[in-house]
Amino acid sequence: MRREIPMIVAFLAGVIIILEFFVPMLRDVAGQIQQWYLVVVAFAILVGAFNLLRINYMKVRDRRADWPYSVVLIAGLFAMAIVGIFWGIEQGTVFDWLFNYLMFPMSSTMFALLAFFVASAAYRAFRARTVDATLLLVAAIIVMLGQVPIGSIWVPAGWPHSLIFLTPDWLKDRIMEIFNTAGQRAILIGASLGVVSTSLRILLGIERSYLGEE
Amino acid sequence: MKFVRWLADIDRRILFLLIAVAVVVPLIFPLGMRVKVTTQAQNIYDQVESLPAGSRILVSFDYDPAAAPEVHPMALAFLRHCFAKKHKVIIMALWPQGAQLAVSAMAEISREFDIVYGRDYVNLGYKPGGDIVIKSLGSSFPKVFPTDMAGEPTANLPVMARVRNLKDIDLVMDLSAGDPGIPAWVRVANALYQRKIAGGCTAVSAPQFFPYLQTGQLIGLLGGLRGAAEYETIIGYAGKASRRMDAQSIAHLVIILFIIFANVSYFILRRQRAEKGEGPKAGPSASA
Repeated sequence: MRREIPMIVAFLAGVIIILEFFVPMLRDVAGQIQQWYLVVVAFAILVGAFNLLRINYMKVRDRRADWPYSVVLIAGLFAMAIVGIFWGIEQGTVFDWLFNYLMFPMSSTMFALLAFFVASAAYRAFRARTVDATLLLVAAIIVMLGQVPIGSIWVPAGWPHSLIFLTPDWLKDRIMEIFNTAGQRAILIGASLGVVSTSLRILLGIERSYLGEE
Repeated sequence: MKFVRWLADIDRRILFLLIAVAVVVPLIFPLGMRVKVTTQAQNIYDQVESLPAGSRILVSFDYDPAAAPEVHPMALAFLRHCFAKKHKVIIMALWPQGAQLAVSAMAEISREFDIVYGRDYVNLGYKPGGDIVIKSLGSSFPKVFPTDMAGEPTANLPVMARVRNLKDIDLVMDLSAGDPGIPAWVRVANALYQRKIAGGCTAVSAPQFFPYLQTGQLIGLLGGLRGAAEYETIIGYAGKASRRMDAQSIAHLVIILFIIFANVSYFILRRQRAEKGEGPKAGPSASA
């Protein structure tokens, strides 16, 4: 029963949500299911926070590699939760201050490190070894130039309109609108078909990995 | 030849240093380069302009501080435009940290405009659930957000007075750094409820939304720092994005030069090896 009941719930909920599009009288039931989903998701966040705490507590307790980072994580988790629950999260509160002056700059810094690694990776791995690699390399350079103001600085004010196709801006727009859009659409359609097929497999009980099965 | 070999095996710390200099120097000494406005940004501006004063604009803060250097300036520029046109702004978030970023944005914006919380704007806070939250907003706003972020019942807020569901929203602006984000708003709010959706996202994710632009499911898109700088340019506000574009310009130029130098050294060394009768070699280490 531990397996059958969740499968029946998933089947009924999924079928009602799909049928809602065709049978208007199911709209209220579907709306109710969606409200339940929002409540379940809220609880899932609590479960996630508890699990994060449990894993990091065990890491500290067993003195596993990098355990001091887990101490920082636990301290941060409790500090933010306590100041948020007791003093609020609105503008001007301690929570707001911690968010703006600790969380914000630290997260931004981590993401900003990407610029250094991208530069280094581009230097070491971007080689015109084959025709495909050369095409990719040329397209990347055009898009990088067209994306920033410096790319159009060298184009003089009276540049003839008939030669506009030689400017990085124009070339970048064409690469993005034609080649990129075509590729992205193909990926989107493929991924959507995958979502449909996986959803059907879940509803029909063929795909059971969400129950913890292999 | 020694120089070419040195160039091929350059210490990555030198590359890091050059990138740091390329970013920091233009931030200290701005070059004032002007960014060209694309139709994607212009379309969003035109849409906001075309709405009558008092229109309801929903702004969803679906990003976190990691993406904020790119996305936050576009949030500020867009909000400035909305309040300058006397529109009512309803803020929400599908990302946990989005609501707090909205608090920071409104702290800055409320200093510049004569706006009152509850009358001109509201922050409904974070709601987990992605697509289902948007789908539920299509039926009822009060059911999904019975209170605002501070716990005040939304029924008491004048800005929410005639907002029953998504159909009462004149424009949705989604500021996104991933999932849930623009695709969720397009497939639910646009496809099911025919709402107009505008988007703002990080530069790295912008290319994947071009199909939505071509089909008209997105009326416009602000991509990365450039998108934010474009919007600042249109509204005539010299904000952070416009200033940071100088740094991004020089950084891009430096990376392009890296690629050119690396390829020149690669081909010189490859020709040299071929002349000596040695087999092809991968060249400099491929580790980043």
